[in-house]
Amino acid sequence: MSDTRPPKVSVRGLEKSFGPKRVLDGVDIDCGVGESLVIIGGSGTGKSVLIKCILGLLHPERGSIRIDGVETVGLKRAERTALMHKFGMLFQGAALFDSLRVWENVAFGLIQGRGMERARAHEIALEKLAAVGLGAEVGELRPAELSGGMQKRVALARAIAAEPEIIFFDEPTTGLDPIMADVINDLIVRLVQELGATAVSITHDMVSARKIGHRIAMLHRGKIIWQGPAAEIDDSHNPFVDQFVHGRAEGPIQMEVRAV
Amino acid sequence: MLDFLASIGAAFLGFLAATGRLAGFALSGIAAAFRPPYYPRLIVRQIIYMGYFSLPVVGLTAIFTGMVLALQSYTGFSRFNAESAVATVVVLSVTRELGPVIAGLMVAGRVGAAMAAEIGTMRVTDQIDALTTLSTDPFRYLVLPRLLAGLITLPLLVVVADIVGVFGGYIVSTVKLGFNPVTYLTQTETYLETMDVVSGLVKAGVFGFIVALMGCYHGYHSRGGAEGVGQATTHAVVSASIMILLSNYLLTAAFFGK
Repeated sequence: MSDTRPPKVSVRGLEKSFGPKRVLDGVDIDCGVGESLVIIGGSGTGKSVLIKCILGLLHPERGSIRIDGVETVGLKRAERTALMHKFGMLFQGAALFDSLRVWENVAFGLIQGRGMERARAHEIALEKLAAVGLGAEVGELRPAELSGGMQKRVALARAIAAEPEIIFFDEPTTGLDPIMADVINDLIVRLVQELGATAVSITHDMVSARKIGHRIAMLHRGKIIWQGPAAEIDDSHNPFVDQFVHGRAEGPIQMEVRAV
Repeated sequence: MLDFLASIGAAFLGFLAATGRLAGFALSGIAAAFRPPYYPRLIVRQIIYMGYFSLPVVGLTAIFTGMVLALQSYTGFSRFNAESAVATVVVLSVTRELGPVIAGLMVAGRVGAAMAAEIGTMRVTDQIDALTTLSTDPFRYLVLPRLLAGLITLPLLVVVADIVGVFGGYIVSTVKLGFNPVTYLTQTETYLETMDVVSGLVKAGVFGFIVALMGCYHGYHSRGGAEGVGQATTHAVVSASIMILLSNYLLTAAFFGK
């Protein structure tokens, strides 16, 4: 029997500009329930803008974003706050709060966003830190005392702390060495599977994209130019995708290089 | 000629747009006061940071201001044998004008800059976006506690600045200029009216709000990494200082204008 549920995330005709520069130019993309979608593309192609529009951090000029079939563009503040309960987000630079201890960072959404008691939130924070391979002693440190890889793991623990239905990953392996990047990729795959969550990731790391994605879509010049199962990325027969996947300087994608 | 006029027009439109953005930001901050949840711990933390830790700098500037005021007014009044007016001039100047203005400018430099730098760094490192994704309204969590702290703390600091400033004038007048202590204090008390102190405290509340508003506004809208945060900090201090002096004139005219 086919799945009759609406896509978990459905984007149609999304447009977003910054001044004269049109960053998103009619993006259409769906992500099914429990699916892991990875959006690839070069730097500056609008991947982060797309994810921020879905999260409601940026407001698109045109287009539709549906979560569980419900339109979210133009939601009122209270409705947006309620919708945020469904989301978890891992930011590229971790975006941990410097003034709080690690466990307080992980428990932040539970205490401030959902009004949970600190003692209970502390317990959950330690559980989530353990799930990403960090001990309770790390919970008492400040983010500035952690390495880049540990900060990413704490950010991952924070993203999953409230057990969200949809988790967004913004360049989860950027700035990490290959081994730590693989550790993060493994954690993402395992945790998303355990939670039964839907995942939307953006990256230009093809190793990461192949590992964490069920499906891959490529964003170029503000449009989705190809999408398909992760296993078919090498047989896309799309010259833009081929050039990106193989990291070739020569091809239809011309990098904008200006003399300083 | 047309280019020149166009640039003036563009600058004026830019000014109007910036004023509109600032007003919208202030209204969003105030509106946050009417929507729970509230964060009393954060408000108390800001009051301590803004008030308690500003006491030394406000106290020092106030005492030296009172001392200089006594010296200068003595120099001026002695030219037409009106030395007895020194105590009155010191207490009225300190409570009506110098206490709130000096405290406001000092807090703008110390606290407004720190607010802009802290919130600006949170902006450029995605921490403010992270707050939103964790179902926490940045206006309620970051802006409102600072606005309330500014509104509450600066009047308290000005009470201290008033006392210390008048004390500075008293010390110089009695020790250096040979005034009789009892006469000096009697004159200070005789010519000081409740309205003089109250107007200064109202001004202080407004200045505190301005300092916090400019720190939060410029930090919240900072862009472009470390350079953007640096610019936000500078703009926060400069704009708060100008607005303090401008609003001081308007409030003085409202309280004491004929």
